[in-house]
Amino acid sequence: MRPFTESRSGRQSEGRAGRRGGARGTPLLRALGFLSGYRWEAGGAFTSLLLSTAGSLVVPRLTQIVIDQGISAVSMNVIVWGAMGIVAAAVVSAVFSYLQGYLAAKASQGVAYDLRNALYTHIQSLSFGYHDRAQTGQLITRATSDVELVRMFISTGLVQLVSALLMMTGSLILLFGTNWQLTLMTLPVMVLVLIVFAFFAGKGRPLFIQVQQKLGRLNTILQENLAGIRVVKAFAREPWEKERFGGVNLEFRDANVRVGRMFALVMPLIFTLANLGTLIVVWGGGYQVLAGRLTIGELVAFQSYLMMTMFPIVMLGMIIMAVSQAGAGAQRIFEILDAVVEVTDRPGARELSPIEGRVEFENVTFRYFSEQEPVLKEVSFVAEPGESVALFGATGSGKSTIINLIPRFYDVSEGRVTVDGHDVRDVTLQSLRRQIGIVLQETTLFGGTVRENIAYGRPDASEEEIIAAAKTAEADDFISSFAEGYDTPVGERGVTLSGGQKQRIAIARALLIDPRILILDDSTSSVDIETELRIQKALENLRRGRTSFIIAQRISTVQRADKVVVLDGGRVVAQGTHEELLRDSPIYAEIYCSQLQDDRELLPAVGAVARTEAGQEVS
Amino acid sequence: MFHGPGGGLSREVERAGDFRATLRRLLQYLRPYAGHLVASLLLVLVNTVLTVAAPGLIGQAVDLLWGFVSGDVEAARALSGLNRNMLLLLGAYAGGWAAIMGSFYVMVTMGQNVLYNLRSQIFGKIQELSLGFFDQHEAGDLMSRLTNDTDVINQVLTMGLNRFFSSALTLVGILLAMLALNWRLALVSFSVLPIMVLSTVFFSGRARRAFRLTRKTIGGVSAELEENIAGVKVAQAFSREQVNVESFRQVSAANRDANVTAESITAAFAPTLDVLATVGVAIVVGFGGYLVLNNLATVGIIVAFVQYVRRFFEPVRAISMIWANLQSAIAGAERIFELLDTPPAIVDAANAVELPTIEGRIAFEDVCFEYNPGERVLEDVDLVAEPGQTVALVGPTGTGKTTVINLIGRFYDVCGGRVTVDGHDVREVSHASLRRQMGIVLQDTFLFSGTVMENIRYGRLGASDEEVVEAAKLANAHDFITRLPQGYHTELTEQASNLSQGQRQLISIARAVLARPRILIMDEATSSVDTRTELLIQSGLQELLQGRTSFVIAHRLSTIRDADQVIFIQDGRIAERGTHEELLAQQGLYHDLYVSQFRTEVEAEPVECEKV
Repeated sequence: MRPFTESRSGRQSEGRAGRRGGARGTPLLRALGFLSGYRWEAGGAFTSLLLSTAGSLVVPRLTQIVIDQGISAVSMNVIVWGAMGIVAAAVVSAVFSYLQGYLAAKASQGVAYDLRNALYTHIQSLSFGYHDRAQTGQLITRATSDVELVRMFISTGLVQLVSALLMMTGSLILLFGTNWQLTLMTLPVMVLVLIVFAFFAGKGRPLFIQVQQKLGRLNTILQENLAGIRVVKAFAREPWEKERFGGVNLEFRDANVRVGRMFALVMPLIFTLANLGTLIVVWGGGYQVLAGRLTIGELVAFQSYLMMTMFPIVMLGMIIMAVSQAGAGAQRIFEILDAVVEVTDRPGARELSPIEGRVEFENVTFRYFSEQEPVLKEVSFVAEPGESVALFGATGSGKSTIINLIPRFYDVSEGRVTVDGHDVRDVTLQSLRRQIGIVLQETTLFGGTVRENIAYGRPDASEEEIIAAAKTAEADDFISSFAEGYDTPVGERGVTLSGGQKQRIAIARALLIDPRILILDDSTSSVDIETELRIQKALENLRRGRTSFIIAQRISTVQRADKVVVLDGGRVVAQGTHEELLRDSPIYAEIYCSQLQDDRELLPAVGAVARTEAGQEVS
Repeated sequence: MFHGPGGGLSREVERAGDFRATLRRLLQYLRPYAGHLVASLLLVLVNTVLTVAAPGLIGQAVDLLWGFVSGDVEAARALSGLNRNMLLLLGAYAGGWAAIMGSFYVMVTMGQNVLYNLRSQIFGKIQELSLGFFDQHEAGDLMSRLTNDTDVINQVLTMGLNRFFSSALTLVGILLAMLALNWRLALVSFSVLPIMVLSTVFFSGRARRAFRLTRKTIGGVSAELEENIAGVKVAQAFSREQVNVESFRQVSAANRDANVTAESITAAFAPTLDVLATVGVAIVVGFGGYLVLNNLATVGIIVAFVQYVRRFFEPVRAISMIWANLQSAIAGAERIFELLDTPPAIVDAANAVELPTIEGRIAFEDVCFEYNPGERVLEDVDLVAEPGQTVALVGPTGTGKTTVINLIGRFYDVCGGRVTVDGHDVREVSHASLRRQMGIVLQDTFLFSGTVMENIRYGRLGASDEEVVEAAKLANAHDFITRLPQGYHTELTEQASNLSQGQRQLISIARAVLARPRILIMDEATSSVDTRTELLIQSGLQELLQGRTSFVIAHRLSTIRDADQVIFIQDGRIAERGTHEELLAQQGLYHDLYVSQFRTEVEAEPVECEKV
């Protein structure tokens, strides 16, 4: 829950957003706004409902004719025609009834489809900052279960609600025309029904929201359990996981039971209220008959009209739940749709034309959370076009944060990041990110084939281009060794790839978009040293004319860079070439030597060999 | 994301007995609640009786009024009779209300308990299944089974059963009344019943197939959501949002269309039954008219029959609709049972023993392994790790290092040979007793949402706060944790980027350390940690590792050099083994691999490190 209620700057507290009504309207009404795309279907469904109701109303009338004029008058002709008329009316009614069901399905499924797409599109565009706090399971719940609640209401509840209200009004008018005194007597019952309706529709929503929240928790635990199943198994934590799930499962059940019990209370209550109307009429009418002010015929007639009025009332009882359920779903849907995309194109943002690749950080300070200590403090450095820049520093010194700012995954708190002199906030995200190839620290591959994964950033890439990228990333060899080659499925349902293989596919994916700026965030950490060297060599050719940023733990990787930026506690403590830094930066020299010296002590023999080999290569 | 919707579990085979078998199995879940069912049935019965009695009371009252108007009954008697009947009616309504409320109440409790049990079972099953299963199934589709598929069952269980009861009761009552009134007319008007049954069968078959598709496609939607929300950062990095939205639209549209089809079938079903019911009315009127003309019935009987037939078909229709809904529930239940029936590839042997506290001697004897039949990943692997030894597994990526350690914890089963711990074949001891004694730091550092404290404590649930902090200190994570906004109580999420990858690794190490394992396994556990921190961790672990066996996979020389044994794995076989020095002296593969590493490090030689 937290991700959604804990608001970040700018995002308003959403818990009660819907309640306020106001300019945006209630969540449910806003959800109904999605019906406007299906106004023909919705209108058709409603018309069909009226026609099918009319058709079925004809049947009793025809029956009466058959009895009065056929049987009583002994006319087989009338009986036969009457019977056929009854069937004909039924068929007409059935056809419209089908149409109503079909059109309502089209409209409601259409709305559900649109809502889901809107949610998905929005989730895709929400910035890193949002996803840092959101739980996947929660988001999935909203896009499936909550959408379904709204859909169910639109598909059956809405038409019923409108027709029930219409029927109530219509028959009330009829009732007044028949006997206004009796009508006045039943009026309190109707008012009571409406009050009960309004009361429980309002009261139901928080209960339903609870159900949906618990469902979200349930989904989160399940989703994390599935994503982390290896950890679960590694620590033999299955019993604990079952317990954890069991707890929320229990809460979910109890929330459902609470809703169910309210339902058990309300529906019969409304039903009984409707019956109470009958009771009042017969009782009060009976007194009038006894007083000689009403005939029995009138009483019976009034009674049957009243039944017509009560039917929609009973229907309202069933719709209450649908209304509050849909309200809960809609509220949760709009919580997401209303979440502000923090990083977005500013009005009038320009397309970034093909860049040279000069990246500059000017006094950049950055915090992940506004209240937090800054993660980067007044960071300034320049990467000239074609330069390779290595970011170097201890774990948690801010290396990854820096590279996250270049494609503008987050906005800086102070200072600015420019690409070819353009503040990254002044250009469109698309045009910026399309020129940046990034290999993130955590390698995420998707379901689908190796080919599709490499072509992720450029689905239209040709076979040759894909293979070329894979070759550069030293991935071609192992991919070709698979029986199905580039068509081998990977991801959740695919082959088991080693960490290093995944990283190389991720590198190929970044290379394929032919970026002007290449960012490698610790992207060869799981690759063996020999392979890494080959990747480095291949990249060196590619790096020509491209600006590249490299984060690596291996000093050998770092020292090849044109420039090294040394970070400590979020500050740039030194920058320059490897040689300059060895001379000027104690921190750099210390880390470098700790690695190198250690190894050299261990490898006296090899050191000698290597030195001679290196010598040969140079000569 | 690239593949079509639907899960790999679904085999589209439909056998005649499937439906009934699934239904029977679903009903099994109601068995523990037989008391609830009976109570609900009785309450429905009470309600039905009271509902039927109400018109009678009204009729009596009207008769009294009629008597008063026609002068047969005096005013006082009519008045007291009216009052009495109305009070009785009030009582009947109130009783009916209480009864139906009670029955709903009971059914809701029962239905929710059944669902609770189903969900527990599914989740329990997921915990039981072995890793091989998860290599092949999408998380989103599995999630959909636990939530969406149980949901459709819910709809039938909580509302359907009650309506079924009351409809069946009403049906029987009316049926008897009709037969008593005029059996000829009754039998003739029943003639539409067989057609109703036939059309129900016809529609329900179609409905089930259609609903099955809706279940499958919602699984696809769920899978697509799960994967792409989890990978949303990559999508944004590659400006892939548009393409993803497009492909989601397709999956989502498939679900929409499947739903529209299924609902259309249901939408056609109800009116069809309506028409048949009205045909029933027409028959009553037509044939009844004929009977009246032949003096075999009276007009009054026809009027009564018209009422009855309408009332009669209402429950028939209700039952048929419940039947149709049941199709959706059965389609959901099929997917649930399919999952529940998947045998875990790896189970404790029937006679599995608890592994006693171990010394830590691990032996691979002639082990081979394949993820997919026929594709060997490991072959002829023989190795022994003596208690207290550190074994380093090295070699090019993708050659089977991680697989070797997966076999120690028996996450997969070997295809030949055996893996033993202290002489026990891992297949002969219980999972839990084996894995409890192991601490594993995996390649992907997965953290759960929750606080830092909770995440570390995952390694040993009973650990005190002090022990957690102690473990964090050993893993060199304490310093950065205390710098977090809320220290150990900082909330983490799956994607939280306020922790760097290296910091996540440190937390994973702390988690494993806390488990106080007899065997420690570190699969590239420090790949994203800087070398200085790594050294600190190593010295921290040294004490902990006294007398414990450990396996280490790493590419960095600094991590490997102190190992008691270095095993070089290439193409699924052990190519070289020995200590670091021995292997260097051999001048083989290991030598070549590390010479290259060292060479690059000494290239920039001119600087004298000694001065530091």
